[in-house]
Amino acid sequence: MTVTHSPSPDAVRDFLAEAEEILEELAAQLADLADMAEGGSWDPDLLNAIFRGAHSLKGVAGMFGFSTVAEVAHNTENLLDWLRMGKVSLTSQVMELLFRSSRLLTTLLRATADATLDQHRDEIAAHADAIATCLAPPTSGGAPGVTPGQLGLPESILGALTEYEEHRLRENIGQGRQLCLIHTSFDLGTFDQELGGLTEQLKGYGELISTLPSMGENSQTNIDFELLLGSLRPLAELQELLAGKVVAITCYGGSAGDATSVVAPALQHAPELSPTPAAGVTSPAVSSQETPPSAVVPLPDEGPSAKSMTSTVRVDIGKLDELMNIVGELVLAHSAIAAIANRMRAEGFSRMAIDLGKAAKGLERRLADLQNGVMAIRMIPLGQLYEKMSRIVRTIAREQGKKIELKLFGAETELDKLIVEHIADPLMHIIRNAIDHGIEPAERRQALGKDERGTVRLSSYQRGNHVVIEVEDDGSGIDLAKVKQKALSKGLLHDASPVSDRDALELIFLPGFSTADRITDLSGRGVGMDVVRTNIAAVSGMVDVETWPGLGSRFTIVLPITLAIIKALIISCAGRTYALPITSVVESLLLAPADIRTIENREVINLREATLPLLRLDRFLAVERIDAPLEQYVVVVGAAEKRLGLVVDDLQGQQDIVIKPLGDIFRSIRGISGAADLGDQRTILVLDAGGIITEMMRAGG
Amino acid sequence: MKTPTLLIVDDSAAMRSLMAATIETLGTVRVLQAANGFEALRILPREQIDLILTDINMPDINGLELLSFVRTNPIYRDLPVIIISTEGSRQDIDRGLSLGANEYLVKPFIPATLLELIQRLL
Repeated sequence: MTVTHSPSPDAVRDFLAEAEEILEELAAQLADLADMAEGGSWDPDLLNAIFRGAHSLKGVAGMFGFSTVAEVAHNTENLLDWLRMGKVSLTSQVMELLFRSSRLLTTLLRATADATLDQHRDEIAAHADAIATCLAPPTSGGAPGVTPGQLGLPESILGALTEYEEHRLRENIGQGRQLCLIHTSFDLGTFDQELGGLTEQLKGYGELISTLPSMGENSQTNIDFELLLGSLRPLAELQELLAGKVVAITCYGGSAGDATSVVAPALQHAPELSPTPAAGVTSPAVSSQETPPSAVVPLPDEGPSAKSMTSTVRVDIGKLDELMNIVGELVLAHSAIAAIANRMRAEGFSRMAIDLGKAAKGLERRLADLQNGVMAIRMIPLGQLYEKMSRIVRTIAREQGKKIELKLFGAETELDKLIVEHIADPLMHIIRNAIDHGIEPAERRQALGKDERGTVRLSSYQRGNHVVIEVEDDGSGIDLAKVKQKALSKGLLHDASPVSDRDALELIFLPGFSTADRITDLSGRGVGMDVVRTNIAAVSGMVDVETWPGLGSRFTIVLPITLAIIKALIISCAGRTYALPITSVVESLLLAPADIRTIENREVINLREATLPLLRLDRFLAVERIDAPLEQYVVVVGAAEKRLGLVVDDLQGQQDIVIKPLGDIFRSIRGISGAADLGDQRTILVLDAGGIITEMMRAGG
Repeated sequence: MKTPTLLIVDDSAAMRSLMAATIETLGTVRVLQAANGFEALRILPREQIDLILTDINMPDINGLELLSFVRTNPIYRDLPVIIISTEGSRQDIDRGLSLGANEYLVKPFIPATLLELIQRLL
């Protein structure tokens, strides 16, 4: 069945955002479930939450006409339904199938976004078959001897149970748990928080099977609830826990004896609102009609409440981009006004020039506030990304049978949401590589005298206007000889002998390079480190790698805190002006032509005992030079180990710039990451140092 | 005549928006949304609701529990309720009907079906 009208692009975006959210949650919950299952038992609520995730996904995907996603979600939901209903047991194969389902759904959602669904037909069919195999008729219905009806539970409760809740009720009965019906009454104004708090408490005591709202005696001010709880713990504990908070507790069944009915004894202030249940013998609580229980014993301010959710606003990142763009334009407009004020003052003293200057200053301060405010909205802690990574590490470790410990540092470091989104995939790829190629199998580690558990360290911190993210592993390190050999065999290198170790490491970032001898599930997906570098460069970031044979490797990513406005060094060369993000600039110096030497046809200078290769920017960009400059500068770019000296004509100082992406036509041009407006009607190109370094490696290698 | 007010109860925001957008094509309706049973219970006493559309499978307070509350409460007893669920939950739909749901919708549904049901019940 399909939708007869196409949902609007806005609605589709809503769907994609929600589906993505559901899938992320699903993956996290599955990892938790796998952990619990390893321990032998799991929380039925968790399994049900996972089921509900698949169920919701199926529902929305179906409604929005994404039938393929809906179909796979439907199969997954079926498996989960059988699981939660106890018709299938949670073996490691089933767990693996669930992980596979979650991965497939994520893949399909992406494929939906870029219309490549057809590539996954076989995978979908195989997945459906695998699930069908699991869903063989159950060997036993597992129905308990006692039915809920026989226990004398009120029909009003039983009639409003969903199929699943009824199953949970039977399960609880089957396990000999005592069933408690807790009657409570809350003020209409605050019931959601109070009930939320109570629910949380009860979940620690047993399994909350259902929550039925009912009419209170005074429906103008109060709302009542009947909470059905299954528990093995002694009733006295429950009474103590709920003292003063509920109206009545009625118990049915359980190993303690059938149909025992008790009332919380400590309810001195509670009005008696509970109707006597059909089979339970409820004695009334001590009455005092003046105050509702909620007014006497306020519940602690804990637990989820529906109210708190509304204090956050989900905003499309595009809207924030727009806003940030406007702020950027305003900053530029302000620069123009300030420049006019300066000119006016220079041309002669005038009251107006001074006033304009003052007004511009005031504007500058307010603009800075505005800029900070908008930037703060865009900032999210990297911890959100860490969660994703930790799930990925768990999944990969499970798949590879490797023992990995992920150590996380700097979860509170904040970064522009857009940048975080852009680096999620590259970061994931680096981590995958670290586990796949870096960390040795447990036996090998033991043989080497290492801890059999490999460590991946993910840390981040702010350094000035940058955020640094490091991924460090204690694996085997990168085999440079192998790297060189691979580069030779792939034709990326003609002669390996003059290539230094430092340069060899740079080879892994070349397009078409991969050190994997066999294609594994993880890294061998056709995405190389070149894509990682390109993606990071797209957000004006740099990635670098260091390695220590036998000890491990470290990838360092340096990113600007925000993309919208970044600090750049404005340079000029052969009569043209360019911007270089400050993130990539190490230092700059005056070039003394006498210092230039030539090694292997490449110009170099000595900089503090090290050889610095030079690159003449005009030649790199193939710009024609009319007359030779009197003096030139070297801008040292790079990060960590790698350095390159860009030879330019002049340094014009630092400036805030707003990077605008160039069209797709320019995407293939390496070394340029975008364009920027200088505020004086001039548009200049923004250079990408990482890209230039890679490009030079390719040309020079 | 007073503009009728509809309450959509569904834990999926995308689903709520889609339904609201569909319903708003009717023109003379006001659509309120609740993300769960709690929110619905909060809205009920404050607003003059003329029709409830509720999903069944929701955390904490499910659609059946909400429906049971509406039907047992003299203030809301006659309020039309449409329950919404997926094909796999036949038993839940049947239970909803026996609790007094006026109509049910199986996801995915055609917008026209939703509009037709609403117009019939209002």
